[in-house]
Amino acid sequence: MIAFNQVHKRYPGGYEALKNVSFEIAEGEMVFLTGHSGAGKSTLLKLIAAIERPNSGSVLVNNQNVGVLKGGALPYLRRNLGIIFQDHKLLFDRNVFDNVLLPLQICGFDHRESSKRVRAALDKVGLLKREKANPIALSGGEQQRLCIARAIVNRPSILLADEPTGNLDAAYAQEIMAIFKSFHQVGVTLIISTHDESVLQDSSVRVLALRQGELAS
Amino acid sequence: MMHAFALHSSVMRAVLRRMFASPLAGLLNILVIGIALSLPAGMYVLLQNAQGLVAQLSGTPQISLFLNLGAKADDIDRLQKRLAQHPGIASVEFVSRTQALDQLKQSTGLADVIGGLEKNPLPDAFVIRPKSGEAQALEVLRIELAKLPKVEQAQLDSAWAYKLEALLKFGRMVVLILASLLSLALIAITFNTIRLQILTQRDEIEVAKLIGATNGFIRRPFLYFGALQGLLGGITAWLIITASLLLFNHQLDALAQLYASQFSLHGLAPADSLSLLLFSLYLGWLGAWLSVTRHLSQIEPR
Repeated sequence: MIAFNQVHKRYPGGYEALKNVSFEIAEGEMVFLTGHSGAGKSTLLKLIAAIERPNSGSVLVNNQNVGVLKGGALPYLRRNLGIIFQDHKLLFDRNVFDNVLLPLQICGFDHRESSKRVRAALDKVGLLKREKANPIALSGGEQQRLCIARAIVNRPSILLADEPTGNLDAAYAQEIMAIFKSFHQVGVTLIISTHDESVLQDSSVRVLALRQGELAS
Repeated sequence: MMHAFALHSSVMRAVLRRMFASPLAGLLNILVIGIALSLPAGMYVLLQNAQGLVAQLSGTPQISLFLNLGAKADDIDRLQKRLAQHPGIASVEFVSRTQALDQLKQSTGLADVIGGLEKNPLPDAFVIRPKSGEAQALEVLRIELAKLPKVEQAQLDSAWAYKLEALLKFGRMVVLILASLLSLALIAITFNTIRLQILTQRDEIEVAKLIGATNGFIRRPFLYFGALQGLLGGITAWLIITASLLLFNHQLDALAQLYASQFSLHGLAPADSLSLLLFSLYLGWLGAWLSVTRHLSQIEPR
C-alpha cells in the first residue's frame, strides 16, 4: 500500500529531515510513527501526501510514485487520503458541519448524500450535537475530533494522523485512539505519528521509530 | 446535468454570500466599474444619434440656387426650363421669395420680427435634387450651376453633413481609445479585488488544496465573483446612460418646442445593451482569471 525506498529529504538550507528511509506498510495495517520532535515524523507524512517531495528515493502509494506526480494529479491522490493535521487546519469562518462538508463539496457530492455522510462522520467522533457550533468554541479535544471527522468523511483508504494526541490529556487521548482502532477494524490503513510513549504499550501495533531522520530498528 | 447545475448554483450562492459580506466595498467597486463603462458607452450613444441625424440629412443632397434680387419672371422661366433639361438633375422645385418668407414665418416662430421688415430680404430660389449623391460630382454640379446667368449663389446643403461625418469618424476613434483604456482599468479593478480576496482566504485555499481540491474548484468562485461584479457594473453603466438620456430628452423637449421641431435622443439599442453587459461580464471574468492564475500558484500548502 505504502512503500518508501531509500528516501532522502533535505530542506532548502541544508537541513536533512530524512536519511535513507525504507519501509513498507501493508493494506489495512495500523502503524505508529514515533520519535522526538524534529526526528522527521511530519516530513514523512508530508511525503506520502506529496505536500513535500523527496530529494532522492521513491515514495509509492498504491503503486504510484507520488514523488514525481504532476500538479494536476495531486488532488486525486489526496482525495484518497484522510489527513489529520498537527495544527488542525480548521476553518473558523464556518460552523462544524460545513468544515466536515468541505471535502465532499470538493469531490462534488450532491447535497442530500453529503449531509448524510457529514452527520455519520460527526456521529462517529461524538460531535453530532455540536454541528452548528463554530470550531473556535470547541475544546482542544473536540477540535481534534472535528479534524478526524473531516478526514474520514470521504471514506479514504489511508488515514495519516500527525500528533493527534499531542496536546490532549490522557483521557482524551485514549478516546481518540479508540476511534482510530475502530477505523483499523474496518480495514483502513493508518499511520499515526506520536511522541507519547504511553500509547505504545499496545504490543499488537507495529512501531516505526525515527531518530534524527533515520529509521531505528 | 442536474448535478452540474447544482454544483454551479451552490458556487453562485457562496459568491453572493461573499459579496453581501462586505456590501459597501462591493457597491463601490460596482459603481466605479459602472461609471468607467458609462463614459465610452454614453459617448457611443451620442455618436449614434449624431450619425442618425447626418444620415437623415445627407441622404437626400440638395443644391439651393439663389437668384439675383433683380431676376424677372421670364428670366426665371428660362432658367427653370434649362435646369429641367440638365442631365445631372433629378428634379427642380421653384421657391418664390414670398413663399420662402411665409415658410420662414411659420417654421421659426419669428413672425413678429419678420413682420416688422420693410421689404422681403429673401431672393427667389430653386431647390435642386441632383441624380448623383457622390460628393465630388455634387461639387462639380454646384460650380456649374453657380455660373448660370442671374444666379447669385449655389449652395450645397449637405456639405456640412460631410464635414460632420468626418468629425464623427474622429469621435468614434476617441470612443474606441477611451473604451480600451477604461476596459484596462476595469480589468485592473477586478484583478485587485480578487487579489485581496485570495489573500483573506488563504487558509481556506490552503486547506482545500490539502484535502484534494483541483485548481478549477478553487478558481471557480473567484471567476464567478469577477464576472458577476463586471455584469453588475455593466448594468450600472446602462442605468447611468438611460437615466442621463431621460434627463437630456426632458430638456431637449422644451428646446425643441421652442423651435417647433421634433428631436429626441435614442437610448442604447437592445443589441448594443446586450453587448455592453456581455462585454463587462467578460472583462470582469478576465480580470479575475488573471488574478487567480497569478496568485493561486503562490499558495502552496506546507
